[in-house]
Amino acid sequence: MSLEPRPLTLSSSPHAFAGDSTARIMWTVVAALAPATAWGIYAFGPRAAWVTALAVAGCAGFEAVFQRMRGRPVTVSDGSAVLTGLLLALNLPAASPWWLVVLGAAVAMGLGKHVFGGLGQNPFNPALVARVVLLVSFPVQMTTWSAPGSFLADGISGATPLGAAKTAVATAGVLGPAGHVDLWALALGAHGGSIGEVSAIALILGAAVLLWRRIIPWDIPAAFIGATLLVTGAVWELHPDRVLDPLAQILTGGLLLGALFMATDMVTSPLTRKGRWIFGLGCGVITAAIRLWGGYPEGVSFAILLMNACVPLIDRFTRPRKFGWVKEAAP
Amino acid sequence: MSAGRTFKRGGVHPPGEKHRTAAVAVEDAPLPERLVVPVSQHIGAPARPVVKKGDRVLAGQVLAEAVGFVSVPVHAPTSGTVRRVDVAPHPMGTPQPAIEIEADGDDAWAEPLEPIPAPEAADPSVLRRRIQEAGIVGLGGATFPTHVKLSPPPEATIDAVILNGVECEPYLTADHRLMLEAAGEILAGLQIVLHLFGLERGWVGIEENKPDAIAEMGRRAGDGGWAEVVPLEIKYPQGAEKQLIQAVLGREVPSGALPMAVGAVVQNVATAAAIHAAVVRGRPLVERVVTVTGPGVREPKNLRFRVGTPVRHLVDRCGGLTGDVAKVVLGGPMMGLAQHTLDVPAIKGTSGVLCLTRDRVRTAPAGPCLRCGRCVDACPMGLEPTGIAAAIGADLVEEADRYHALDCIECGSCAYVCPAFIPLVQSIRYAKGRVLSWRRKRGR
Amino acid sequence: MIEAVLIVGGLGLVSALGLGLASLKFRVEVDPRVEALEGVLPGANCGACGYAGCSALAKALAEGAAEPTACTPGGAEVAGAIAGILGVEAGTTVRRIAVVHCRGGRGVALDKGVYVGVPDCRAAALVGGGPKLCSAGCLGLGTCERACPFGAIHLDGAGLPRVAPDRCTGCGACVDACPKRIIDLEPDGCRVHVRCRSTDRGKAVKAVCSEGCIGCGRCAKACPVDAIAMDRGLARIDPDACVSCGRCAAVCPTANIDDLVAGRCKALIDEPACIGCGKCARVCPVDAIAGERKAPHRVDADRCVGCGRCAPVCPAGAIRDGDPIPTSVETAA
Repeated sequence: MSLEPRPLTLSSSPHAFAGDSTARIMWTVVAALAPATAWGIYAFGPRAAWVTALAVAGCAGFEAVFQRMRGRPVTVSDGSAVLTGLLLALNLPAASPWWLVVLGAAVAMGLGKHVFGGLGQNPFNPALVARVVLLVSFPVQMTTWSAPGSFLADGISGATPLGAAKTAVATAGVLGPAGHVDLWALALGAHGGSIGEVSAIALILGAAVLLWRRIIPWDIPAAFIGATLLVTGAVWELHPDRVLDPLAQILTGGLLLGALFMATDMVTSPLTRKGRWIFGLGCGVITAAIRLWGGYPEGVSFAILLMNACVPLIDRFTRPRKFGWVKEAAP
Repeated sequence: MSAGRTFKRGGVHPPGEKHRTAAVAVEDAPLPERLVVPVSQHIGAPARPVVKKGDRVLAGQVLAEAVGFVSVPVHAPTSGTVRRVDVAPHPMGTPQPAIEIEADGDDAWAEPLEPIPAPEAADPSVLRRRIQEAGIVGLGGATFPTHVKLSPPPEATIDAVILNGVECEPYLTADHRLMLEAAGEILAGLQIVLHLFGLERGWVGIEENKPDAIAEMGRRAGDGGWAEVVPLEIKYPQGAEKQLIQAVLGREVPSGALPMAVGAVVQNVATAAAIHAAVVRGRPLVERVVTVTGPGVREPKNLRFRVGTPVRHLVDRCGGLTGDVAKVVLGGPMMGLAQHTLDVPAIKGTSGVLCLTRDRVRTAPAGPCLRCGRCVDACPMGLEPTGIAAAIGADLVEEADRYHALDCIECGSCAYVCPAFIPLVQSIRYAKGRVLSWRRKRGR
Repeated sequence: MIEAVLIVGGLGLVSALGLGLASLKFRVEVDPRVEALEGVLPGANCGACGYAGCSALAKALAEGAAEPTACTPGGAEVAGAIAGILGVEAGTTVRRIAVVHCRGGRGVALDKGVYVGVPDCRAAALVGGGPKLCSAGCLGLGTCERACPFGAIHLDGAGLPRVAPDRCTGCGACVDACPKRIIDLEPDGCRVHVRCRSTDRGKAVKAVCSEGCIGCGRCAKACPVDAIAMDRGLARIDPDACVSCGRCAAVCPTANIDDLVAGRCKALIDEPACIGCGKCARVCPVDAIAGERKAPHRVDADRCVGCGRCAPVCPAGAIRDGDPIPTSVETAA
């Protein structure tokens, strides 16, 4: 007679599971950011590596501290804090002083995540909350960009193409020489900017893995990039002397980093496909509006945060159609 | 791309795991020494025992009679002596009244019910009564009394009968084998059901992972076109009633309604075979086929067993368990019931005995919802499982109702995909109970 | 500057007038008693009254749809205050508290297996009736603890709920929350409880729980006031008849019966002080007190169970504690 081992596990159906887990998703995204991080370190030198390490360690540390304070189990190993730290680092200039990075990590974990109740509860992308808080608090440090390779010849700073364009239009009324951008250099990442945003190729490479693994949806980046392309393209048609051409718009600034890795954050984006399209389009339109008519040269962070705030509303009006219901009012 | 039809929304693709038993012919399990026959093996009122301790019974004899319309009798699975009429372990978890029989080994049969050799000439009401008398319930797992499903109210018009040969649950192959080995009886059962509704033509839905069954059923049905075998895309839960109707007919059963609302009746293929046996041969339902499988079973098999046979006896017949079994499930992995012991009887609704090893059993605790939306994408009913679970977790019963918790068919697709390991099905099942009692209270 | 002040001031004035008029015109009449009633209700919104919270009850009271005693947590005090506001008689309330009828905690009652799922008793009960082998037993996941609006229930080390009698208001939230229905509201006076709800046969109970009621019936035989009835293998104490003497607890072979009375003494009548009124003899449930009228009464120490009913009714204060009665079972916290 066969004896069953005791005790057996008792749980509700189902008893089979697809393989993914929270930790696996988080660490996969971290891995997908590796090419962009590597390029950032290659381009901006050991300084960039130091900022990245500090941001990751800072976020992991603050996660543990806040979880202790809230009396919750410490879950640093699920990778979500590490991911936030990495995203924060990629959004910072390589020349960021150490205190700026630590402060950013504290803001991301505290104000961005744990005041709302931790993982899954935060309405805003924590890394972006930190970036924007730092940007408005320390505009000088946050916009002191190094030029790629400048670490070899100490002290050379390089403006971002978007910043240069904004300054040129503000002072001269036209783009002038700031309008001549080398698209190949942009795609490769040979221009000024924050650590992780410069290399379009590295970002797309990483995102391709996530798209293939279905960890990020394709609709948000498509809508985001598409809307930016359309709006900036239309205005560029009218004023080619004052606006960067739409391809340059896509390849510069934080657009790809934002559209591929920040706007696609599961926690802070809509649940349904329809909602994700609305969300992506909103991000794109706001980004373009800030770049074209706003005071800041770059608007990706603000656009995503603003659309993050709209997610509950979007979710409410884009609920899936229920089987067997012809029409349904929002609850 | 698959050419098969399918339902429109959601669904998941768990690995089939059917290779273990798909090619293993059905084998008769030997009679056990003792059988425990619960009086409740169906949805509805439990049957009332009509035998007492010490009685001699013959196979096929009524042990407990139906109580009311939504109820069926329970028959002796073999000949022997009634040892106990008392509560006994039941696959549902809590002990329930049952009749324990000590088999005498002769397997002597009582007089069968009077055979109806030409059902196409019989009166439908006679056939319906026979189906109830024979104790027939839905053998797909839901165990709803079949005669009730075949007795729609007069205002309903039924124009489509679908046989469910989908068997979308991973691991299970009992229906698959039955379609290969007893296609004729299944189709004869379909003919009886069609006759009940005065219809000429029916459908058989089979997933494309069973090409041999599609071919065999098609061959047996012949060219007359009266039974159309519909190949279906491999997607879970294709075999759920509402999903199957949409896949085959393109009709959407309204929320809260039964398939008859769109003129459809769905019967499992094994039920159809049981109908044929009950009508043409006068045999009550006392046996069925079960797939005993999983990585924890030494020799997975498809077994035909007598109702009330202990699960332990079936597992023994399959070479026993491997040492690292950590979960035993009756039914399939998506909707089956976890058991705490092998000392439960296999009953009319037992389609599978699934023994999972430690590496396939999840014990990690649930984490917070990441709002990844995978459950929403997977839900075939268009619900937001995470919303329902969050609502009932905060004790917001009314909110759970607004999320349409009651539309959930508990197929398990949401919890299958959830990366945070949230037991969504359990939460929603709990929410459904709370919503129902809240509605009753409010209605009062 | 002047212009600005005038404009802003003028705007303010106009708005204020508008608001004032609106508040007069669209005034909602509120029964002033409702506010007063809300003031005396506990404000815990526990729902014990059957209304959606204290405000809803206040409204119902003002409309006469609810009795002044509707607020059980508030007890006699609140009922009196309500009656005062409404100008009616307050009915009588018996203070009732929650009693948990199971002592099958960890290490006492056996589990079926390892439960993995929603940490809530009601949800766990849907997985094959829950993880305990005893189908009547406490599931120990703390749903009652979370349901209690007064923080009166806490799980002990064995995962069993413990009710703090001083904090329990008898609102019944835990009674409704328990899927096994093992929590009852019982009169506070009864301090002896059967901690089991299993009606299974003794052998079946023993197989799954070392401290369950096996239905032996010794307690029913030991009860001096016939307050214990055997119901399908389960002892049930009628709390209205029970005198909390603790004899049942002393004879229970599985130590299932809780005796919450800390120290119990035989009654002793100070004979010179006794005025022979006979009141004590009339309240004694076991006929342990006898004596001629107007003559000193005497307690039969063999019969006295130490229930303590006689002392409070003695007009002369002549009854005091005599020999202590030892308790043979552990006294629960």
